[in-house]
Amino acid sequence: MTYNNKRFFLTGVLIAIFALFSSISVKAEEEAKAFDPGEVIIGHIIDSYGWHIAGDVSVPLPIILFDQGKPVVFMSSKFHHGHCAYKGYAIGFTPESKGKIVKLAGANAQYTGEIEELAENNGIEDVAGMESLIDNEAFLIDISITKNVCGLFVAIIICCFVFLKVAKQYKQREGKAPHGLQGVVEPLILFIRDEVAIPSLGKDKYQKYFPYLLTLFFFILINNLMGLIPIFPFGANVTGNIAVTGILAVITFFVTQFSSNKTYWKHIVNTPGVPWWLKFPLPIMPVVEMIGLFTKPFVLMIRLFANITAGHIIVLGFIGLIFIFGAMAPALGFALAPVSLVFYLFMGLLELLVAFIQAFVFTLLTALYIGMAMEEEHEDAHEANVVELKTETI
Amino acid sequence: MELITPSIGLLFWMLVGFGILFFILAKFAWPIVMKAINSREEKIESQLAEAERVRNDMKNLKSEHQALLVQAKEERDQILADARKIREKLYEETKETANREAQVIISEAKNAIHFEKMKAMTDIKNEIANMSIEIAEKILRNELSEKEKQEELVNNLLKDINLN
Repeated sequence: MTYNNKRFFLTGVLIAIFALFSSISVKAEEEAKAFDPGEVIIGHIIDSYGWHIAGDVSVPLPIILFDQGKPVVFMSSKFHHGHCAYKGYAIGFTPESKGKIVKLAGANAQYTGEIEELAENNGIEDVAGMESLIDNEAFLIDISITKNVCGLFVAIIICCFVFLKVAKQYKQREGKAPHGLQGVVEPLILFIRDEVAIPSLGKDKYQKYFPYLLTLFFFILINNLMGLIPIFPFGANVTGNIAVTGILAVITFFVTQFSSNKTYWKHIVNTPGVPWWLKFPLPIMPVVEMIGLFTKPFVLMIRLFANITAGHIIVLGFIGLIFIFGAMAPALGFALAPVSLVFYLFMGLLELLVAFIQAFVFTLLTALYIGMAMEEEHEDAHEANVVELKTETI
Repeated sequence: MELITPSIGLLFWMLVGFGILFFILAKFAWPIVMKAINSREEKIESQLAEAERVRNDMKNLKSEHQALLVQAKEERDQILADARKIREKLYEETKETANREAQVIISEAKNAIHFEKMKAMTDIKNEIANMSIEIAEKILRNELSEKEKQEELVNNLLKDINLN
């Protein structure tokens, strides 16, 4: 392809993208609803029951409910993007129940159809009236395969596929130089071993925890990277969801506690190097240390969640700018699109970096916490605290 | 499904999913990968050590070789020097022996010559004596064939005796 052809091609692609964005912005305007960037951005970040792709197209996902212990399964397409109720179940339509699945109360317990119609039929106009439609007594356990669960499964399948393949390659090419996928994965594995596991856990003990650290690192990394690809079946904000990071943090917490030794508990109950009046009669230090036990995993959970979510919010914000200006005047949105795209690309690259850094930091801190819990009593225990403080600021 | 309230469903699936992932990877992937990496590292390390060892061996061998060469040269020089010495010694000895023998032969020859000379002289003396006697006899016979000459001789002899 000659230089000129290439330039024409690139220009064409850019024009197509702008046209697409402006057409969407025009469409958004036509829908006559004021464009609410906050709501749209949060809508993209949080979980949802269906997997929205573009326009009115979305992939239906199974809804799995336990209603008083009775399993109920149907597809999310029955909700018609939250407009409809199905057999008495609906996506919450009041501010309080927003985003959750609710059961309709009383006579409507088996209602299937438009919620607005139901409200009209019952002569309801205000929020309080809408709330009366919901059966607050209902005990629903919702384990639906939501967008994030689906994204999670995709990530797990990719993880399994990649690492089983790599394991097979290692078996077949034993003693040879890494090749293909192996060559991508091996530096990361060695990095985790040499920079994370061995320095934090020690050369003798690291092997026991290494599988967990590797799984953790690659799970977070793959989910982070998948979150950056905005095409189905990727793009679910899995590691930017507090439930996911929470579970990871809880697992780390339990692994830490189960590998703790006497010295660790002695440090918590009777912290050495601290004046006695901080421990008795008021046990200030022990209380602080006990709180510290829980803040560590809590911080892990928040850090990963916040970093990934913040990155997505900024990216969506830049894209949202096009629509905000597009809503004012289509030409303005059209003009702003290239600027937004440049920012979007910049943020995308930054997020790529963040994807690696956050996977690394989560793994490193997990290894450090486990290492601290296993540490034998010796003089330079304070050094570990310095390391912890340093990494805490990342 | 708000931003910071975890939903039960996702918590549940996350726990199950991550558990399964961990189980699968910890059972079927990581041990194989780590074993392969460790064994390869060990192999590389041992091969490096082996290479180092071989290099040292080569170095030793080379220095040994060098030493051997030097020693061989020294030995050669020694042998050559010895040979030269022996040759010289032999030469000297031979020369001396030859000289001595020559001397002996010469002296023997001299003795023999002297002896022969003496013998010859004696023979010649005897011969001359015999011949002189014969000549004298003949002369005497010739001289004494006349009476007056005989008397003259006796007179001469008597004269000599008288003088005494």
